[in-house]
Amino acid sequence: MIEGMRRPGPVVDAHIVVDRGTFRLDIRLRIESGEVVGLLGPNGAGKTTALRALAGLQPLTAGHVTLAGGDVDRPERRTWTPAERRPIGVVFQDYLLFPHLTAQDNVAFGPRRHGVDRRSARQLAADWLERVGLADRARLKPRQLSGGQAQRVALARALAVHPELLLLDEPLAALDARTRLDTRAALHRHLAEHPGASLLVTHDPLDALVLADRLVIVEAGHVVQEGDAATITAQPRTDYVARLVGLNLYRGTADGQTVRVGPDLALAVDDPLHGDAFVAFPPSAVALHSSRPHGSPRNTWPATITGLQRNGDNLRVQLAGPIGVAADVTPAAAANLELAPGQPVWVAVKATQTRAYPADVQPSAMTRDAR
Amino acid sequence: MVGIDEQDVVARPGGAASPRRVQRVPMGLMIPAAAGLAFLVLPLAGLLIRAPWTTLPRRLTEPGVLTALRLSLQTATTATGVCLVLGVPLAWLLARVEFPGRRLVRALVTVPLVLPPVVGGVALLLAFGRNGLIGRWLDSTFGFTLPFTTAGVVVAEAFVAMPFLVIAVEGALRGADIRYEEAAATLGSDRWTTFIRVTLPLVAPGIAAGALLCWARALGEFGATITFAGNFPGRTQTMPLAVYLALETDLQAAIVLSLILLIVSVAILALLRDRWLTAP
Repeated sequence: MIEGMRRPGPVVDAHIVVDRGTFRLDIRLRIESGEVVGLLGPNGAGKTTALRALAGLQPLTAGHVTLAGGDVDRPERRTWTPAERRPIGVVFQDYLLFPHLTAQDNVAFGPRRHGVDRRSARQLAADWLERVGLADRARLKPRQLSGGQAQRVALARALAVHPELLLLDEPLAALDARTRLDTRAALHRHLAEHPGASLLVTHDPLDALVLADRLVIVEAGHVVQEGDAATITAQPRTDYVARLVGLNLYRGTADGQTVRVGPDLALAVDDPLHGDAFVAFPPSAVALHSSRPHGSPRNTWPATITGLQRNGDNLRVQLAGPIGVAADVTPAAAANLELAPGQPVWVAVKATQTRAYPADVQPSAMTRDAR
Repeated sequence: MVGIDEQDVVARPGGAASPRRVQRVPMGLMIPAAAGLAFLVLPLAGLLIRAPWTTLPRRLTEPGVLTALRLSLQTATTATGVCLVLGVPLAWLLARVEFPGRRLVRALVTVPLVLPPVVGGVALLLAFGRNGLIGRWLDSTFGFTLPFTTAGVVVAEAFVAMPFLVIAVEGALRGADIRYEEAAATLGSDRWTTFIRVTLPLVAPGIAAGALLCWARALGEFGATITFAGNFPGRTQTMPLAVYLALETDLQAAIVLSLILLIVSVAILALLRDRWLTAP
């Protein structure tokens, strides 16, 4: 019903500035037609605020939101389009299906408000429920649906108004692990079929990596990194991103094939570079020894165990020393070394298992729109 | 280790420290509590004991009783209708819209709640009486007067009962999850449609509870009614007024009328308890 309004250019072109006293959100977003962008960040980073600003549930303090070529919020020109007149669909974190309406009436609600007559809206809703595999649940009330089913009804309800921009707020967070797997796969399919733009807000890296074409990572109200999954997983730029993708990350000064990451520690790396640099390596690349190791590993330093926890089949060991580091060791190795918190050990990392990359280069996506 | 701990926890409730143990109640609390209960229950028991049970069927069918009962039910129901039409939007305004002076408006809404009903009746006379602020205009424009009419009874009852409805519905609206209204907005629903299609169904139990309280208050209204609408049998004499009048001439009739009101009130309370008051 909003089709035909589409103009060339991105569906979303936004500079979202929301000031709330102690917290300030200031991010730029562009989303093309057919693109799925994952907005990823820790709790309290401002992801949901950004989604609400796009949806029209949170007015901007400054900046602008342009949807499908039209300004919907631009405080400096006093432009404001309320949520009900924006070409959007939203899947909320706990779905917010209307408890007094059946699944079918929930899905028909949007088309009805967009001027579709009752019969056609109900037919449209039935078609959408069929597409999400819930044709036989049409007459049930939300409380009679399982979590996964409710999520699919919420998705159908958001898509039934043919939104230019589909917004999803932690769409899988409320599901148990098993349901999550199935629902994620189904959601992936529907997002791929959605002709408009999609923005997925999540704190789960797996959801973001599976579902999004491009990731925008937000911390404390600012975009800290942006790019495709491969780039971000290979070259994290903040501790948060590094932890997210399971890497140890350090920032230092490179001088050829060494990067000085602390007053007493320089790491040998394979990739030669100069200046401000990041060094990253996975916890599985860290070996622990009870005494100073001899032979090939050039990166060794003494450290103290501060924590031990299970990580899949292995043990994740947290170590303090000149740099904090996480190591993955097998249970056999752990038993052999008699690892316990407070115990001193030697850490060794092979240069060949590190990745070093410059820290002062902005990814192209971030500079494109800046200032 | 962990498994053993969990077993311990599971085993504990059945053991010595069971929470089912009967608690001792201090006499300093028990005695006034019992006295308070007796104070509330004994008058009602007196009513039941003194009721002329043998002549009850005949007295119930006396024309005066039925007329008063019918008038009471009609006016209370109409007053509740008026309160719903005016009070629910007022409650919505108080719960959902930020405006300057909202606290003052809320205080004004609750004034009839604490105002002696007789004072309310006098105030209504000054506003809607033939020489009142609005009454004079009503009289000269439409030739329509409210005091001492059945419509006047409805006005008096609505004036006294509406705060009950507004407060109950405002509470329900504040308790309702506003995000459902946001979800409706993202689906293209304007505020009016959202109110009708989403908000009202969500707070329906709260509105029903408020309407019942409002109706019960209207049914029992005395002071404002007798001041504003007078005491004319068949026109403005509702049950409480009939009870008051009967008390001076025929005690048995007064008891019968009171009994009817008591039964209606208890029935409402039972209905409320089962349907809404126990719900979270």
